[in-house]
Amino acid sequence: MAEPLLELKGVSMSFGGLACVSKLDLFVGEGEIVSVIGPNGAGKTTLFNLVTGVYEPTEGDIRFAGESITGLEPHAITRKGIARTFQTLRLFLNMTVRENVMAAAYGHTHAGPLRSMLRTPGQRREEREIRALAEKRLAFFGERLMGYRWDQPAYSLSYANRRRLEIARATATNPRLLLLDEPAAGMNPRETQEITELIGQLRKEGGYTILVIEHDMHVVEGISDRVVALDHGVKIAEGSFGKVATDPRVVEAYLGTGGMARK
Amino acid sequence: MPSNYDEDLTRRPEGAAEASTAQGPTSPAVGRDEWVARHGERVARRSGWLGTLETRLHAVPWWAWLTLLVATACLIPVFSDSGYVRRVAFDTVVFMLLALGLNIVVGWGGLLDLGFVAFFGIGAYAYAMLASDQFGIHLPSLVAIPLVALIGFVAGWLVGLPSRRLTGDYLAIVTLFFFQLFLTFTNNGDDVFGHSFTNGPNGILNVDELSFFGRSLSTTTSQGQFAISYLYAAVVLFGLVYVALHLLNESRTGRAWRSLREDSLAAELMGMPVNWLKLLAFAFGASVAALTGTLSAALNGSVFPQDFAFPLLITIYTMVILGGAGSQLGVVLGAILISVLLEVLRDPGDARSLFYVLVLLGLVGVFRLSRRLAVVLGGTIVLGFVARSVAGSIDDRWTAGVPNGGGRLASWAADWVIVPTQLAGWIAPATYIGLIGLVLALTLLHGWLRIALLVPTLYLAAFVWENVMLAKPEPTRYVVLGAILVAVMVVRPNGLLGEKRVEII
Repeated sequence: MAEPLLELKGVSMSFGGLACVSKLDLFVGEGEIVSVIGPNGAGKTTLFNLVTGVYEPTEGDIRFAGESITGLEPHAITRKGIARTFQTLRLFLNMTVRENVMAAAYGHTHAGPLRSMLRTPGQRREEREIRALAEKRLAFFGERLMGYRWDQPAYSLSYANRRRLEIARATATNPRLLLLDEPAAGMNPRETQEITELIGQLRKEGGYTILVIEHDMHVVEGISDRVVALDHGVKIAEGSFGKVATDPRVVEAYLGTGGMARK
Repeated sequence: MPSNYDEDLTRRPEGAAEASTAQGPTSPAVGRDEWVARHGERVARRSGWLGTLETRLHAVPWWAWLTLLVATACLIPVFSDSGYVRRVAFDTVVFMLLALGLNIVVGWGGLLDLGFVAFFGIGAYAYAMLASDQFGIHLPSLVAIPLVALIGFVAGWLVGLPSRRLTGDYLAIVTLFFFQLFLTFTNNGDDVFGHSFTNGPNGILNVDELSFFGRSLSTTTSQGQFAISYLYAAVVLFGLVYVALHLLNESRTGRAWRSLREDSLAAELMGMPVNWLKLLAFAFGASVAALTGTLSAALNGSVFPQDFAFPLLITIYTMVILGGAGSQLGVVLGAILISVLLEVLRDPGDARSLFYVLVLLGLVGVFRLSRRLAVVLGGTIVLGFVARSVAGSIDDRWTAGVPNGGGRLASWAADWVIVPTQLAGWIAPATYIGLIGLVLALTLLHGWLRIALLVPTLYLAAFVWENVMLAKPEPTRYVVLGAILVAVMVVRPNGLLGEKRVEII
């Protein structure tokens, strides 16, 4: 098994006494694609919020690339190399497509306000680099996010293109670990097929380690090296897709215990 | 990161090609998008000369507009040697600077800062303390002005510190409290543990004039008029601030500000330190306001607490909102419009022309050049002459009044509108309330009924304007300003030059 890039040890999170994630152990190896599945309310998005620093765990430790990131502010965690997309899209709607991606380069660029106002040579060079980076990241999605679309406001994009733009924006932070929250939600079968291919492509070409939440089992089957199943904030199964999908506890979590049928 | 990723991402991914051959021709080709490829055919443009004008205006670069603005301001002394006009031009430039400063906080940062005027005051007081007999310090302007900008920056930063986690209403109330604190301090600053800092309501007097390289700029000419050098100083400062802020907006920091305005959580998670950026926005806005304060203090030669009151805050907000928060050119245009409007409305004669021109423009805007426009205009004019002659035949005194103020339109108005010599006490409130009732009734009616009612409404509006509003120019200024603001916001909710904004889809 590869070196663990992300490691959660006994992480718990409760809201007002209600445990949302409890004693969760998880690791993601460098270069792996790991899927997190589970019914709605299982704590999947909470897991992402814990890793990216939106919430601080009530218990446990989260380590990234060998150092603890527990309690760091979200932007500091992003700078260490974790980027995410959102289940409910959170684009900068009134900015252009290109600007959305350029903004995400903030963490690894340096020109301050004074240098920007004076347009120093270093600042100009950096600005050109940010622009080129943004256009490259958008070009990953082929024609869909290219050409005239660069200067269109983000709100003009279709739902599927917004999902793509979110991924492009996340990759512009130059992350090592990419967290994708339901990348195929709301997409038609063709687009779902395409996103499955793109996730593999992201790892191959970008070298990202990817942790993905997904409900579409075709996508999960197509991309995952490993699958982790959560229910009520507890890990109930882990392993290859075939093993997890047939695990009785996973089936029970999705379909219920069959108590009605027995009656 | 493997180098091939950064080298060439535009080529078609190989994996996709394999997948599509494996699953037959129906599987998607990654990145193909007919919709995008053929977008040129679908670009919608307004047709006719208006559309052409719109396209042309959009193509004018920002620096060309700025040059035009600066050139116009500099040419004002050529066209008018009136000290009043020059002074109004100076005040307008001051408002333009303040609007630019507020635009950083409100337009870009999306932070509702109701303490903005306090920073203007801090700048004015700081300059007054650094260049007057108050503490016996007389710094040259080239030292004092950057120092005041720095003081404003630090003050903005300090106010931002406790409020950096707040947004919306909460931030508004904290900054409003700070504004009140500033007013209380300046009003009572004549006895701070036995020392006088601000001289309280008496203000700081005999503030130094601006001085560059040992030469001081006199605030008045030999005839006691406003000295034009101050207009030039203000315009130079405006140009510098405008360019600096434009470059700042088109940079990493500017993008981050706009990102946090759009979605601060997403901005934070994309690596932008949101709290730090908010402090920065506050500090920059405060710095611009403080910088403007130096001009004001130096020209007036004094600062008083009452110079920085709530109406000023409202006026600056109106400028930013009317012009379009977020657009630099927009807020500057808003500042010019409001500042000039408030001056024009001071004089009843000018205000009268403005009123009739606006009504006419409004009617043309609504009806275009149609039969209905002719009916409304013709009907109103005929109604006016008939009503006046009927009123005159009943009692001479009803039409023998003299219209308020002069101007070309005054005599014409007196031939058309009923202007009594003496207005009975009940007429002013009755017609005013009646006018409001008629306007409300108009919104409920449709078709020819609405047009039929529009005619008496317009005539009543003219009557109220001539007899009630023009008799009291001071409150009328603000009523008219409010009406214009409402009308503009209905037609263009994002301000004159504000981009279309979408909150949720």
